[in-house]
Amino acid sequence: MQQTFPAQAPPDPESFVLRLYVAGQTPKCMRAFSNLKRICEQYLTNRYQIEMIDLLGNPALARGDQILAVPTLVRRMPEPVKKIIGDLSNTQRVLVGLDLSIDAV
Amino acid sequence: MQQMTTNAADARGIPKCPTGIQGLDEITNGGLPKGRATLICGGAGSGKTLLATSFLINGAERFGEPGVLVTFEENGDEIASDVASLGFDLPGLADEGKLFVDYVRIERSEIEETGEYDLEGLFVRLDHAIRSTGAKRIALDTIESLFSGLSNANILRAELRRLFRWLKDKGITAVITAERGEGTLTRQGLEEYVSDAVILLDHRVTEQVSTRRLRVVKYRGSHHGTNEYPFLIDRHGLSVLPVTSLGLTHRASMERLPSGVRELDDMLGGQGYFRGSTVLVSGTAGTGKTSLAAHFTDAACRRGERVLYFLFEESPLQLVRNMRSIGIDLQPWVDNGLLHFLADRPSRAGLESHLALMFQSVRDFKPSVTVVDALTNLLTVGTPNDVRAMLMRVIDYLKVNEVTGFFSSLTPGKYESEETEAGVSSLMDTWIVLTIQEVQRQRRREIRVLKSRGMAHSNRVHEFQLTDHGLRLLSEPGPDIRATGGG
Repeated sequence: MQQTFPAQAPPDPESFVLRLYVAGQTPKCMRAFSNLKRICEQYLTNRYQIEMIDLLGNPALARGDQILAVPTLVRRMPEPVKKIIGDLSNTQRVLVGLDLSIDAV
Repeated sequence: MQQMTTNAADARGIPKCPTGIQGLDEITNGGLPKGRATLICGGAGSGKTLLATSFLINGAERFGEPGVLVTFEENGDEIASDVASLGFDLPGLADEGKLFVDYVRIERSEIEETGEYDLEGLFVRLDHAIRSTGAKRIALDTIESLFSGLSNANILRAELRRLFRWLKDKGITAVITAERGEGTLTRQGLEEYVSDAVILLDHRVTEQVSTRRLRVVKYRGSHHGTNEYPFLIDRHGLSVLPVTSLGLTHRASMERLPSGVRELDDMLGGQGYFRGSTVLVSGTAGTGKTSLAAHFTDAACRRGERVLYFLFEESPLQLVRNMRSIGIDLQPWVDNGLLHFLADRPSRAGLESHLALMFQSVRDFKPSVTVVDALTNLLTVGTPNDVRAMLMRVIDYLKVNEVTGFFSSLTPGKYESEETEAGVSSLMDTWIVLTIQEVQRQRRREIRVLKSRGMAHSNRVHEFQLTDHGLRLLSEPGPDIRATGGG
């Protein structure tokens, strides 16, 4: 139900701890996951950890992170917590949402 | 015939879900449509949240129906402290598993949107909350907040439509609150999606006096009261007034009650007022209205009956003292509990508060006579139309309970004007007018019975005096010309 990518804990304190909330394996959710992986590989190489949570199996978790929309990406670290909702198809908006500008990378 | 078919439909179809809110279940013939959604709309501070919360709390406490409160504006602690002042224990109910409170917070500034999404997260939360409590009721307060939190209105509308259908499929009774819009019932046009029942709340402040009103705008497949009903929020929570859609079906007693003045009884067909009828005594200042009220009060207490006396102009002590000067001592009746005074400045509260107080005290004290002295004081807190509507409700309530109502009314100015009272006099069974005439530099007090339904009454103007033995007519009314009052 919960999957973490990459499997090992991030060594870098500057690294991004991301959580992707989905509800079942819908096309939208799968699209969001592959978009996210692509963006992370490109802009956050070795500095990210993605945890995917399927709310259908863990409905109680929706409350903690105030999840309404699906898919929702939550940037848990670095703080402050940020949220991006949608299938993450617009890379530019995702980078803005994560506080990553292209020139900073 | 129309009436009968709708009532039959009520009995057969449209199961109802009682709100437990005093008055609301009466005007909706039993409550909200069971298994459907009801839209509650109104401006800020109109009482939407309280209505929604009361519906859930009453369901959990009194009807064995657990509930889910989804709040989009206030967090659980805030709501709990709001309703704690009304005697509701929200955390307690939550601990017992009878109520589940989920605070849905959505902050636009923290959210970036990119690409397609849906509100499945909200559905998952609701489903989880409903399942974990076995909820039969749910309140969404105020779901429109989503529109300020999320920018894609098209997705929102589609998802709300799906949500309301989903709730219906679940067979859960839902209350959805929404802000009133400009020229529309709700700001976001939710009435388009939630159309089984719509209740409108209104909070007006006119001349510093606030009035709350409730109206059932729509109720599919059910008969309902269509008036605007005043409602009240006090320490007992929310109550809708009146408890009456009674119509004119009350019993008419043939029993007569002496007025306390023998000659006046003679003028009233020899026996006085009808029990359960309404009596209006009008006149300019100092004509003896309160004296007549005191006579009637004294007479009732002498028979061992209970009298509830609403006083708007003076204190009970003052009234008791003044009436001693005409030989009426009301103090013993106060002491033995037969007479209860309720003195209140009219401006202290809005009309609906006064109305509520009257209902509550008549219900608790169970008087056989109720005196309102003076009715006209209420005009300082409401328009003549409002006062008339309120009075009609008071009278209905009194009549159904066979309480005789005695109302005094101050006629403004030096001379009587029958027009002033015309508005309320039509509600009264008996109308007595007191006047003072100046004849040869002498003040001359006069009394006459303008109307008295259902009895032969005197047609003549009689002179009277206020003596230390009370109100006395100078001439024997005797066998004079009598008229039979029809209405």
